[in-house]
Amino acid sequence: MSFRIIGTGSAVPSKIITNDDLSEMMDTNDEWIRTRVGVAERRIAVTESTADLALEAAEKALEMSGVSADSIDLILVATITPDRICPTTAGTVQARLGASCPAFDISSACSGFLFALETAAGFFARGTVKRALVIGAERISRIIDWNDRSTAVIFGDGAGAAVLETGDGCLCSEICTIGGDEVIRIPAFGGTSPFTEIEKEDPVIFMEGQETFKFAVGAFVNHIHSMAEKAGISLDDIDHIVPHQANERIIRMAARRLRMPDEKFVMNIDRCGNTAAASVPIALDELNRSGKIKPGDLVAMTAFGGGLSSAGCLIRWG
Amino acid sequence: MTIDKIKTIIADHSGEDEANITAETTFEELGVDSLTTVEVLMDIEDEFGVTIEAAQVGKTVGDLVRAIEEAQK
Repeated sequence: MSFRIIGTGSAVPSKIITNDDLSEMMDTNDEWIRTRVGVAERRIAVTESTADLALEAAEKALEMSGVSADSIDLILVATITPDRICPTTAGTVQARLGASCPAFDISSACSGFLFALETAAGFFARGTVKRALVIGAERISRIIDWNDRSTAVIFGDGAGAAVLETGDGCLCSEICTIGGDEVIRIPAFGGTSPFTEIEKEDPVIFMEGQETFKFAVGAFVNHIHSMAEKAGISLDDIDHIVPHQANERIIRMAARRLRMPDEKFVMNIDRCGNTAAASVPIALDELNRSGKIKPGDLVAMTAFGGGLSSAGCLIRWG
Repeated sequence: MTIDKIKTIIADHSGEDEANITAETTFEELGVDSLTTVEVLMDIEDEFGVTIEAAQVGKTVGDLVRAIEEAQK
Protein backbone atom coordinates (compact mmCIF):
# COMPACT_ATOMS: atom_id res chain seq x y z
CA MET A 1 0.00 0.00 0.00
CA SER A 2 1.22 3.48 -0.72
CA PHE A 3 -0.45 6.88 -0.73
CA ARG A 4 -2.46 9.25 -2.83
CA ILE A 5 -2.41 13.05 -2.68
CA ILE A 6 -5.73 14.48 -1.49
CA GLY A 7 -4.83 18.16 -1.24
CA THR A 8 -2.07 20.69 -1.83
CA GLY A 9 -1.25 24.20 -0.67
CA SER A 10 1.47 26.79 -1.02
CA ALA A 11 2.57 30.08 0.45
CA VAL A 12 5.05 32.78 -0.53
CA PRO A 13 6.15 35.94 1.27
CA SER A 14 4.37 39.14 0.23
CA LYS A 15 7.48 41.09 -0.80
CA ILE A 16 8.36 40.88 -4.50
CA ILE A 17 11.96 41.53 -5.46
CA THR A 18 12.37 42.15 -9.19
CA ASN A 19 15.52 41.85 -11.25
CA ASP A 20 15.62 45.65 -11.41
CA ASP A 21 15.61 45.74 -7.60
CA LEU A 22 18.64 43.43 -7.59
CA SER A 23 20.35 45.55 -10.25
CA GLU A 24 20.41 48.39 -7.74
CA MET A 25 22.17 46.16 -5.19
CA MET A 26 24.72 44.38 -7.38
CA ASP A 27 26.27 44.39 -10.83
CA THR A 28 23.56 42.53 -12.77
CA ASN A 29 20.59 43.31 -14.98
CA ASP A 30 17.18 42.00 -15.96
CA GLU A 31 18.27 40.63 -19.34
CA TRP A 32 21.26 38.75 -17.85
CA ILE A 33 19.14 37.10 -15.17
CA ARG A 34 16.27 36.20 -17.51
CA THR A 35 18.53 34.61 -20.13
CA ARG A 36 20.82 32.78 -17.66
CA VAL A 37 18.28 31.61 -15.12
CA GLY A 38 14.76 32.46 -16.31
CA VAL A 39 13.78 34.41 -13.19
CA ALA A 40 11.92 37.73 -13.50
CA GLU A 41 11.00 38.17 -9.85
CA ARG A 42 11.09 36.23 -6.60
CA ARG A 43 9.44 36.50 -3.18
CA ILE A 44 11.75 37.34 -0.31
CA ALA A 45 10.74 37.01 3.33
CA VAL A 46 10.68 40.17 5.43
CA THR A 47 8.73 39.14 8.51
CA GLU A 48 7.78 35.59 7.46
CA SER A 49 9.74 32.73 9.03
CA THR A 50 10.21 29.30 7.46
CA ALA A 51 7.65 27.92 9.92
CA ASP A 52 5.16 30.70 9.05
CA LEU A 53 5.39 29.80 5.36
CA ALA A 54 5.18 26.07 6.12
CA LEU A 55 2.12 26.60 8.32
CA GLU A 56 0.27 28.67 5.71
CA ALA A 57 0.95 26.09 2.98
CA ALA A 58 -0.14 23.30 5.34
CA GLU A 59 -3.38 25.05 6.29
CA LYS A 60 -4.27 25.55 2.62
CA ALA A 61 -3.52 21.89 1.85
CA LEU A 62 -5.64 20.73 4.79
CA GLU A 63 -8.46 23.03 3.71
CA MET A 64 -8.42 21.63 0.18
CA SER A 65 -8.32 18.08 1.57
CA GLY A 66 -11.23 18.74 3.86
CA VAL A 67 -9.50 17.00 6.75
CA SER A 68 -8.64 18.32 10.19
CA ALA A 69 -5.13 18.70 11.61
CA ASP A 70 -5.89 16.23 14.41
CA SER A 71 -6.50 13.49 11.84
CA ILE A 72 -2.91 13.72 10.59
CA ASP A 73 -0.64 10.85 11.72
CA LEU A 74 2.73 12.23 10.57
CA ILE A 75 4.20 15.62 9.65
CA LEU A 76 7.41 15.89 7.63
CA VAL A 77 9.07 19.15 6.66
CA ALA A 78 11.84 19.21 4.07
CA THR A 79 14.03 22.26 4.60
CA ILE A 80 17.64 23.39 4.61
CA THR A 81 16.70 26.74 6.16
CA PRO A 82 14.86 25.87 9.37
CA ASP A 83 14.38 28.85 11.70
CA ARG A 84 15.88 26.70 14.42
CA ILE A 85 17.70 23.39 14.44
CA CYS A 86 15.63 22.56 17.53
CA PRO A 87 12.69 22.50 17.71
CA THR A 88 12.22 21.28 14.17
CA THR A 89 10.08 23.21 11.71
CA ALA A 90 7.79 20.17 11.58
CA GLY A 91 7.39 20.30 15.36
CA THR A 92 6.57 24.01 15.24
CA VAL A 93 3.99 23.41 12.51
CA GLN A 94 2.51 20.52 14.49
CA ALA A 95 2.03 22.73 17.56
CA ARG A 96 0.59 25.64 15.62
CA LEU A 97 -1.82 23.37 13.71
CA GLY A 98 -2.95 21.78 16.95
CA ALA A 99 -1.91 18.33 15.78
CA SER A 100 -0.35 15.73 18.08
CA CYS A 101 1.37 13.28 15.71
CA PRO A 102 5.12 12.62 15.28
CA ALA A 103 6.82 15.39 13.30
CA PHE A 104 10.37 15.80 12.05
CA ASP A 105 12.46 17.62 9.46
CA ILE A 106 14.26 16.12 6.50
CA SER A 107 17.32 17.71 4.95
CA SER A 108 18.19 16.93 1.38
CA ALA A 109 18.43 20.38 -0.20
CA CYS A 110 16.38 20.90 -3.35
CA SER A 111 15.39 17.20 -3.49
CA GLY A 112 14.10 17.35 0.09
CA PHE A 113 10.37 17.27 -0.62
CA LEU A 114 10.69 14.12 -2.72
CA PHE A 115 12.95 12.52 -0.09
CA ALA A 116 10.15 13.32 2.38
CA LEU A 117 7.52 11.72 0.12
CA GLU A 118 9.66 8.58 -0.11
CA THR A 119 10.06 8.59 3.68
CA ALA A 120 6.29 8.95 4.11
CA ALA A 121 5.78 6.12 1.60
CA GLY A 122 7.64 3.83 4.02
CA PHE A 123 5.19 4.64 6.83
CA PHE A 124 2.24 3.98 4.50
CA ALA A 125 3.81 0.70 3.35
CA ARG A 126 4.02 -0.47 6.99
CA GLY A 127 0.49 0.72 7.59
CA THR A 128 1.55 2.82 10.57
CA VAL A 129 -0.03 6.01 9.23
CA LYS A 130 -3.26 6.69 7.36
CA ARG A 131 -2.69 10.36 6.71
CA ALA A 132 0.49 12.42 6.42
CA LEU A 133 1.28 16.08 5.86
CA VAL A 134 4.44 16.61 3.81
CA ILE A 135 5.83 20.12 3.44
CA GLY A 136 8.78 21.73 1.68
CA ALA A 137 9.57 25.14 3.19
CA GLU A 138 12.48 27.52 2.81
CA ARG A 139 13.65 30.96 3.75
CA ILE A 140 16.60 30.53 1.45
CA SER A 141 17.25 34.30 1.46
CA ARG A 142 18.76 33.72 4.91
CA ILE A 143 21.68 31.72 3.46
CA ILE A 144 22.24 33.67 0.26
CA ASP A 145 25.50 35.54 -0.13
CA TRP A 146 23.93 38.86 -1.20
CA ASN A 147 27.30 39.95 -2.57
CA ASP A 148 27.51 36.96 -4.94
CA ARG A 149 25.62 37.92 -8.08
CA SER A 150 25.95 34.42 -9.55
CA THR A 151 23.79 32.85 -6.82
CA ALA A 152 21.82 35.74 -5.27
CA VAL A 153 19.69 36.22 -8.39
CA ILE A 154 18.50 32.59 -8.51
CA PHE A 155 16.68 31.95 -5.26
CA GLY A 156 13.37 32.82 -3.61
CA ASP A 157 11.47 31.96 -0.42
CA GLY A 158 8.27 29.95 -0.07
CA ALA A 159 6.59 26.73 1.01
CA GLY A 160 4.42 24.03 -0.50
CA ALA A 161 2.51 21.19 1.15
CA ALA A 162 0.63 18.03 0.28
CA VAL A 163 -1.77 15.92 2.34
CA LEU A 164 -1.33 12.21 1.70
CA GLU A 165 -3.79 9.46 2.47
CA THR A 166 -3.54 5.68 2.19
CA GLY A 167 -4.05 4.76 -1.45
CA ASP A 168 -2.37 3.47 -4.56
CA GLY A 169 -1.52 6.76 -6.29
CA CYS A 170 2.25 6.55 -5.87
CA LEU A 171 3.45 4.37 -8.75
CA CYS A 172 7.16 4.88 -8.25
CA SER A 173 9.49 6.82 -5.98
CA GLU A 174 13.27 7.04 -6.22
CA ILE A 175 15.91 8.86 -4.19
CA CYS A 176 19.60 9.16 -4.95
CA THR A 177 22.64 10.65 -3.21
CA ILE A 178 26.12 11.19 -4.61
CA GLY A 179 27.91 12.53 -1.57
CA GLY A 180 30.41 15.33 -2.05
CA ASP A 181 30.93 19.02 -1.33
CA GLU A 182 32.76 20.24 -4.43
CA VAL A 183 29.73 21.29 -6.49
CA ILE A 184 27.28 22.68 -3.93
CA ARG A 185 27.82 23.39 -0.27
CA ILE A 186 26.23 25.41 2.50
CA PRO A 187 28.31 25.44 5.69
CA ALA A 188 26.50 25.41 9.02
CA PHE A 189 26.98 27.99 11.77
CA GLY A 190 30.53 27.46 13.04
CA GLY A 191 29.79 28.06 16.70
CA THR A 192 31.83 29.88 19.34
CA SER A 193 33.80 27.06 20.91
CA PRO A 194 37.14 28.33 22.25
CA PHE A 195 38.59 24.85 21.65
CA THR A 196 37.78 24.19 18.00
CA GLU A 197 40.54 24.24 15.42
CA ILE A 198 38.13 23.68 12.55
CA GLU A 199 38.17 26.64 10.18
CA LYS A 200 34.93 28.60 10.16
CA GLU A 201 33.22 29.07 6.82
CA ASP A 202 30.55 31.62 5.97
CA PRO A 203 27.18 29.85 6.26
CA VAL A 204 26.06 30.83 2.73
CA ILE A 205 25.43 28.96 -0.51
CA PHE A 206 28.35 28.06 -2.72
CA MET A 207 27.48 26.55 -6.08
CA GLU A 208 29.59 25.63 -9.08
CA GLY A 209 27.17 26.53 -11.88
CA GLN A 210 28.39 24.43 -14.79
CA GLU A 211 28.73 21.19 -12.82
CA THR A 212 25.38 21.76 -11.13
CA PHE A 213 23.74 22.27 -14.52
CA LYS A 214 25.22 19.08 -15.96
CA PHE A 215 24.28 17.00 -12.93
CA ALA A 216 20.77 18.45 -12.87
CA VAL A 217 19.93 17.77 -16.50
CA GLY A 218 21.36 14.24 -16.28
CA ALA A 219 19.51 13.39 -13.05
CA PHE A 220 16.25 14.91 -14.32
CA VAL A 221 16.29 12.88 -17.56
CA ASN A 222 17.42 9.67 -15.84
CA HIS A 223 14.71 9.78 -13.16
CA ILE A 224 11.95 10.32 -15.73
CA HIS A 225 13.17 7.44 -17.92
CA SER A 226 13.75 5.15 -14.96
CA MET A 227 10.37 5.81 -13.32
CA ALA A 228 8.54 5.32 -16.62
CA GLU A 229 10.32 2.01 -17.12
CA LYS A 230 9.60 0.79 -13.57
CA ALA A 231 5.94 1.78 -13.86
CA GLY A 232 5.66 0.18 -17.30
CA ILE A 233 4.51 3.34 -19.04
CA SER A 234 5.85 5.33 -22.00
CA LEU A 235 6.97 8.96 -21.71
CA ASP A 236 3.92 9.91 -23.82
CA ASP A 237 1.69 8.57 -21.04
CA ILE A 238 3.01 11.21 -18.60
CA ASP A 239 0.60 14.14 -18.53
CA HIS A 240 2.55 16.58 -16.38
CA ILE A 241 6.15 16.93 -15.31
CA VAL A 242 6.66 18.91 -12.11
CA PRO A 243 10.39 19.61 -11.95
CA HIS A 244 12.42 21.39 -9.32
CA GLN A 245 12.57 25.00 -10.50
CA ALA A 246 16.36 25.34 -10.40
CA ASN A 247 16.93 27.13 -13.67
CA GLU A 248 14.65 27.48 -16.69
CA ARG A 249 17.46 26.29 -18.93
CA ILE A 250 17.82 23.02 -17.00
CA ILE A 251 14.12 22.35 -17.60
CA ARG A 252 14.31 23.28 -21.30
CA MET A 253 17.42 21.16 -21.85
CA ALA A 254 15.83 18.16 -20.11
CA ALA A 255 12.61 18.65 -22.12
CA ARG A 256 14.60 18.50 -25.35
CA ARG A 257 16.48 15.41 -24.25
CA LEU A 258 13.26 13.68 -23.23
CA ARG A 259 11.67 14.82 -26.50
CA MET A 260 8.60 15.90 -24.59
CA PRO A 261 6.60 19.05 -25.37
CA ASP A 262 7.32 22.14 -23.24
CA GLU A 263 3.67 22.48 -22.21
CA LYS A 264 3.91 19.29 -20.13
CA PHE A 265 6.53 20.93 -17.89
CA VAL A 266 5.18 23.01 -15.03
CA MET A 267 7.18 26.22 -14.79
CA ASN A 268 6.96 29.02 -12.25
CA ILE A 269 10.62 29.96 -11.84
CA ASP A 270 9.92 33.27 -13.60
CA ARG A 271 7.75 34.32 -10.63
CA CYS A 272 9.17 32.31 -7.71
CA GLY A 273 12.85 31.74 -8.45
CA ASN A 274 14.46 28.60 -7.05
CA THR A 275 12.85 27.91 -3.67
CA ALA A 276 14.92 24.75 -2.98
CA ALA A 277 12.85 22.10 -1.15
CA ALA A 278 9.71 24.21 -1.58
CA SER A 279 9.85 24.40 -5.35
CA VAL A 280 8.31 21.04 -6.29
CA PRO A 281 5.32 21.30 -3.89
CA ILE A 282 4.68 24.95 -4.86
CA ALA A 283 4.69 24.00 -8.56
CA LEU A 284 2.50 20.96 -7.80
CA ASP A 285 0.00 23.15 -5.96
CA GLU A 286 -0.10 25.66 -8.81
CA LEU A 287 -0.76 22.83 -11.26
CA ASN A 288 -3.44 21.41 -8.99
CA ARG A 289 -5.21 24.75 -8.62
CA SER A 290 -4.87 25.63 -12.33
CA GLY A 291 -7.55 23.10 -13.27
CA LYS A 292 -5.19 21.58 -15.89
CA ILE A 293 -4.95 18.32 -13.96
CA LYS A 294 -7.62 15.60 -14.05
CA PRO A 295 -8.16 12.50 -11.93
CA GLY A 296 -6.15 9.67 -13.45
CA ASP A 297 -3.47 11.96 -14.91
CA LEU A 298 0.11 10.79 -14.51
CA VAL A 299 2.29 13.37 -12.76
CA ALA A 300 6.07 12.92 -12.66
CA MET A 301 7.91 15.03 -10.12
CA THR A 302 11.68 15.28 -10.16
CA ALA A 303 14.26 17.23 -8.18
CA PHE A 304 18.04 17.56 -7.97
CA GLY A 305 20.47 19.67 -6.01
CA GLY A 306 22.90 19.85 -3.14
CA GLY A 307 24.18 16.62 -1.66
CA LEU A 308 24.45 15.94 -4.46
CA SER A 309 20.97 14.54 -4.35
CA SER A 310 18.22 13.78 -6.81
CA ALA A 311 14.82 12.15 -6.67
CA GLY A 312 11.69 11.36 -8.59
CA CYS A 313 8.11 10.45 -7.75
CA LEU A 314 5.47 9.28 -10.19
CA ILE A 315 1.87 9.78 -9.11
CA ARG A 316 -1.46 8.80 -10.58
CA TRP A 317 -3.58 11.77 -9.64
CA GLY A 318 -6.78 11.57 -7.66
CA MET B 1 32.88 15.68 -40.50
CA THR B 2 33.36 16.61 -36.89
CA ILE B 3 33.18 20.35 -37.56
CA ASP B 4 29.83 20.16 -39.35
CA LYS B 5 28.21 18.35 -36.45
CA ILE B 6 29.79 20.79 -34.00
CA LYS B 7 28.52 23.75 -36.01
CA THR B 8 25.01 22.32 -35.88
CA ILE B 9 25.22 21.83 -32.10
CA ILE B 10 26.65 25.32 -31.49
CA ALA B 11 24.08 26.95 -33.80
CA ASP B 12 21.33 25.11 -31.95
CA HIS B 13 22.38 26.45 -28.55
CA SER B 14 23.75 29.90 -29.44
CA GLY B 15 20.99 30.93 -31.83
CA GLU B 16 23.63 31.90 -34.44
CA ASP B 17 22.99 30.88 -38.06
CA GLU B 18 25.05 27.75 -38.84
CA ALA B 19 26.26 29.33 -42.10
CA ASN B 20 27.98 32.09 -40.12
CA ILE B 21 30.01 29.68 -37.97
CA THR B 22 33.53 28.72 -39.09
CA ALA B 23 36.54 27.14 -37.41
CA GLU B 24 37.85 30.65 -36.73
CA THR B 25 34.66 31.88 -35.04
CA THR B 26 35.29 32.59 -31.37
CA PHE B 27 32.87 31.65 -28.63
CA GLU B 28 33.06 35.25 -27.48
CA GLU B 29 31.74 36.42 -30.89
CA LEU B 30 28.89 33.94 -30.56
CA GLY B 31 28.00 35.38 -27.16
CA VAL B 32 28.27 31.90 -25.64
CA ASP B 33 27.89 32.07 -21.85
CA SER B 34 29.03 29.47 -19.33
CA LEU B 35 25.74 27.54 -19.37
CA THR B 36 25.60 27.49 -23.18
CA THR B 37 29.09 25.97 -23.07
CA VAL B 38 27.78 23.18 -20.84
CA GLU B 39 24.75 22.65 -23.10
CA VAL B 40 27.07 22.32 -26.11
CA LEU B 41 29.41 19.95 -24.24
CA MET B 42 26.53 17.72 -23.14
CA ASP B 43 25.35 17.36 -26.75
CA ILE B 44 28.93 16.69 -27.85
CA GLU B 45 29.17 13.93 -25.24
CA ASP B 46 26.05 12.30 -26.69
CA GLU B 47 27.11 12.75 -30.30
CA PHE B 48 30.78 11.79 -30.06
CA GLY B 49 30.91 9.73 -26.87
CA VAL B 50 33.70 11.88 -25.41
CA THR B 51 33.70 14.06 -22.32
CA ILE B 52 35.22 17.51 -22.77
CA GLU B 53 35.66 19.74 -19.73
CA ALA B 54 34.71 23.40 -20.02
CA ALA B 55 38.36 24.35 -19.44
CA GLN B 56 39.39 22.37 -22.56
CA VAL B 57 37.06 24.20 -24.93
CA GLY B 58 39.52 26.90 -26.04
CA LYS B 59 38.70 30.18 -27.75
CA THR B 60 37.44 29.16 -31.19
CA VAL B 61 35.20 26.53 -32.76
CA GLY B 62 38.36 25.05 -34.31
CA ASP B 63 39.92 24.68 -30.83
CA LEU B 64 36.89 22.69 -29.70
CA VAL B 65 37.04 20.45 -32.80
CA ARG B 66 40.72 19.69 -32.02
CA ALA B 67 39.87 18.92 -28.38
CA ILE B 68 37.21 16.43 -29.50
CA GLU B 69 39.48 14.79 -32.08
CA GLU B 70 42.22 14.55 -29.46
CA ALA B 71 39.79 12.95 -26.98
CA GLN B 72 38.65 10.44 -29.59
CA LYS B 73 42.20 9.11 -30.19
